Amino acid sequence: MPRLSPARQQAVSVSVATGAYAISFGALSIAAGLDLWQTMALSLLVFSGGSQFAFVGVIAAGGTAAAAVVTSTFLGLRNGFYGVGLAPAMRPMHGMRRAWAAQVTIDESTAVALAQPADDQPARREGFWWTGVGVFLAWNAITVVGALLGSRIGDPAQWGLDAAAAAAFLGLLWPRLASRPAQAVAAASAVLALALTPVLPAGLPILAAAVVAVAVGWRPPASTQEVPE
Amino acid sequence: MTPYLWTWVAIVAAGVLAWATKFAGHVVPESWLENPRVHRIAAFVTVALLAALFAVQAFTSGPSVVLDARVAGVAVAAVLLWRRAPFIVVVAAAAAVAAGLRLLGWG
Repeated sequence: MPRLSPARQQAVSVSVATGAYAISFGALSIAAGLDLWQTMALSLLVFSGGSQFAFVGVIAAGGTAAAAVVTSTFLGLRNGFYGVGLAPAMRPMHGMRRAWAAQVTIDESTAVALAQPADDQPARREGFWWTGVGVFLAWNAITVVGALLGSRIGDPAQWGLDAAAAAAFLGLLWPRLASRPAQAVAAASAVLALALTPVLPAGLPILAAAVVAVAVGWRPPASTQEVPE
Repeated sequence: MTPYLWTWVAIVAAGVLAWATKFAGHVVPESWLENPRVHRIAAFVTVALLAALFAVQAFTSGPSVVLDARVAGVAVAAVLLWRRAPFIVVVAAAAAVAAGLRLLGWG
């Protein structure tokens, strides 16, 4: 049996690991009140874990559909920078190929691509496509499993799904807390959101945290090590 | 329009915006996104929103700040993350702790 290249090996393991937590997304989306088709559509169309958890989190908190869209989009802004980092490996790229590349441009596909040697652009392309497509297939398939499990559960709180949703956000946040400024932004954002919860309509306290990011990010850091990835 | 249909509109809008954001990175001139300030703010926006989503999901119920079984669930999640446990294990453990405490009649 031919051995897989390092890029493909990483792609497969990342796809399996990432796909597995689509089970929690599927279940939480149903707990938030979305149906199976809506849950599947989020995974197919939005296809970015953080944005999807944010969308159903805002809906679960009683926020408006508009607040869900804005929060989900803000959380996906980082995906806009990945195409730039991938440019040396991916460009030139046109038409449907570029449209598909955009859809699978996420944390994982970018990370595996950029983990390949900088002087081996074919390996980077291979890492990007295998991870992007692999995660896309696994994520969408396992979303359905999670949603079907979620719809068999009566009261989501009885099963601790509200705590699971909070843990999911903490898990997505954790790797981004390496620097002091990131920790400060996270702490200030959490406190601000809690302070505003009694006074603003649901969903807006979360968006207000973006102000903290702009305020902290506006001035250059004292050292270049302080900006999170 | 019913709330159900509005949710569908929101899902499609979120999908289109998510794709447009990703696509933009592949088509804009590289110099546009090289502005360090834009980079910093984008990185911090991700941290800020995830932290706010965590806080609201863990410690609020409607318009009130509350402490219930979720606190124990996320505390266990934090320890597991610190011990580098896989994401799915962290999420499942938080659910199990909160569900267990509620079964015992707390929170």
